[in-house]
Amino acid sequence: MIRFLLRRIGVVIPTFLGITLLAFSLIHLIPGDPILVMMGERHIDPEFYKLSMQKLGLDQPLYLQYWHYLTHALHGDLGVSVRSQVPVMQEFLTLFPATVELSICAMIFATIVGLGAGIIAAVKRGSVADHGVMGVALAGYSMPIFWWGLILIMVFSVQLGLTPVSGRIDLLYDVTPVTGLMLVDTLLAHDMDAFKSALEHLILPSIVLGTIPMAVIARMTRSSMLEVLREDYIRTARAKGLSTTRIVLVHGLRNALMPVVTVIGLQVGTLLAGAVLTETIFSWPGVGSWLINAIGARDYPVVQGGILLIATLIIFVNLLVDVLYGIINPRIRHAR
Amino acid sequence: MALLDIKNLSVEFGSSAHPFRAVSDVSLSVDAGEIVGIVGESGSGKSVTMLALMGLIDAPGRVTADALTFDGKDLLGMKARDKRKIVGRDISMIFQDALTSLNPAYTVGFQLAETLRQHTGLRGDALKKRALELLELVEIPDAKSRLSAYPHQLSGGMSQRVMIAMAIACNPRFLIADEPTTALDVTVQAQIMELLVSLQKSQGMGLILITHDLAVVSEVAQRVVVMYAGEVVEQSPIPTIFDTPRHPYTQALLSSIPEHSKGAARLNTLPGVVPGQFDRPTGCLLSPRCPYVQDRCRAEHPPLAPAHNALARCFFALDDAGKPVYG
Repeated sequence: MIRFLLRRIGVVIPTFLGITLLAFSLIHLIPGDPILVMMGERHIDPEFYKLSMQKLGLDQPLYLQYWHYLTHALHGDLGVSVRSQVPVMQEFLTLFPATVELSICAMIFATIVGLGAGIIAAVKRGSVADHGVMGVALAGYSMPIFWWGLILIMVFSVQLGLTPVSGRIDLLYDVTPVTGLMLVDTLLAHDMDAFKSALEHLILPSIVLGTIPMAVIARMTRSSMLEVLREDYIRTARAKGLSTTRIVLVHGLRNALMPVVTVIGLQVGTLLAGAVLTETIFSWPGVGSWLINAIGARDYPVVQGGILLIATLIIFVNLLVDVLYGIINPRIRHAR
Repeated sequence: MALLDIKNLSVEFGSSAHPFRAVSDVSLSVDAGEIVGIVGESGSGKSVTMLALMGLIDAPGRVTADALTFDGKDLLGMKARDKRKIVGRDISMIFQDALTSLNPAYTVGFQLAETLRQHTGLRGDALKKRALELLELVEIPDAKSRLSAYPHQLSGGMSQRVMIAMAIACNPRFLIADEPTTALDVTVQAQIMELLVSLQKSQGMGLILITHDLAVVSEVAQRVVVMYAGEVVEQSPIPTIFDTPRHPYTQALLSSIPEHSKGAARLNTLPGVVPGQFDRPTGCLLSPRCPYVQDRCRAEHPPLAPAHNALARCFFALDDAGKPVYG
């Protein structure tokens, strides 16, 4: 198991370097710079412009700028936001829990609904339930997040008045941030009304963000399950006289889960990409909307740092998935 | 009364408008303590017959029978829930490919204990003890450490032993072995066969041995059923069938055994293959391949009829000299 882990970690290092290079070059490829954006339409004094660029170190050649970025990043220093003058890491840490909370809820929704739907579709293959589930999954997969979010807000928040329109919690409540996760913090404060409010605020964004992963998980579960149910050991399980439920959930699902877990891991990337849109629609104060604003303002340190942090996270999650894979599948764990 | 009684069992696949009969009107009965061999080439319906008996034929496959009783209980009309109490406990089955028949995600011990937990009241330490006992019964060396082994860590012969241990876990009264040694090395084949027969004797089980190896059948079985294209073509006691086959197909099967064709320059074979869904002949199903075929064979379908001391599905069943009796 240790060797397995070390080998996986070895792959991470080059990936990491690639990401820093990509994040750096992409943001520098966009025309304009922070000073130009900040000055807007106003006339810029060339002397002041030059001075400001010097102050930010943007007058240096690109390779030197990259080198500084890389060495500082390796020391854990991601720089200071050009706009707010707050360290990037600090801003990220304040906003990140909101994104985490939303992503976790979205993933819980996607996994529960996706797994359930996929299993039902596979077991009742060719039935109305199967076609129904797969139709919904296809629709979900093709859904533009932006449009889907607005439709849900219109129906459930505006017309039916069931859920709040935006934000994380009603303005009435003042919750001291401890973990940064609103659900946990309200519980820690023993404020059940606030907890209920936070939960209500989470429902729609979670569904919107979880829709695509849910569809992917449902389709993957179905095809993987169908394959597994044809295996010889399923016939053995039936010959043992086990109940259908046990055969499907114990003997089928465990083996069918392997590709599904990989897909769930890969969805974390999709999730963070989706979070940018979802957070914008629901005015969710997370890293998604933070990054969008930073790109608009050419806030180089925030964009470079933010992308690096998010990419690190995705790498870490994928590593976790690999480990989980080894736990589910004994053949991988024992492989040399 | 026989332990297992099958009357006119048929299995159909495909749409009801264009059904394909994989098994057609098979009748068979097996007593407690008896070993019956079912032989026939690939596609003759041997396995499908037994899967139907176990209730393992999935829709759209359809199973019909005039009678399908085990120990006097009607297996066909029984509720699925009640049938699960018999299948795996009183009737169990082992399969051809043991390596893929074990679930790769669970340990040997888990899979063994699962059967016991399903059908017996054993729990906790008693359950573990019984699982260990079973592995020792099927002569697995170092049984204790094997309990926590995963199937991919076992050899083919070892896996088949585990399958056998699982099958006999609840002291079944009837065991179906579907080509239990086909996927194994020759040396291991003999060991597994020996184990099966000794277990059958000590437990007094009825045993159906599906195989295409006539030599194996001749050594262990008391009776043999020969199947061809989903039908029983001959049923005969052993060793009679080896000296005086009554059906041309049985004769052809026997002459394809190398030991039986000593002196011949080439091994005798029957030309052609078992007819499939779209090339079923009218009349006798063997007629396109039969060396003794007559006009009547191509027009009429022969019934399974007594021929000397056996049953044969042939209008011109062979005499003691192995020649068809016309007339």
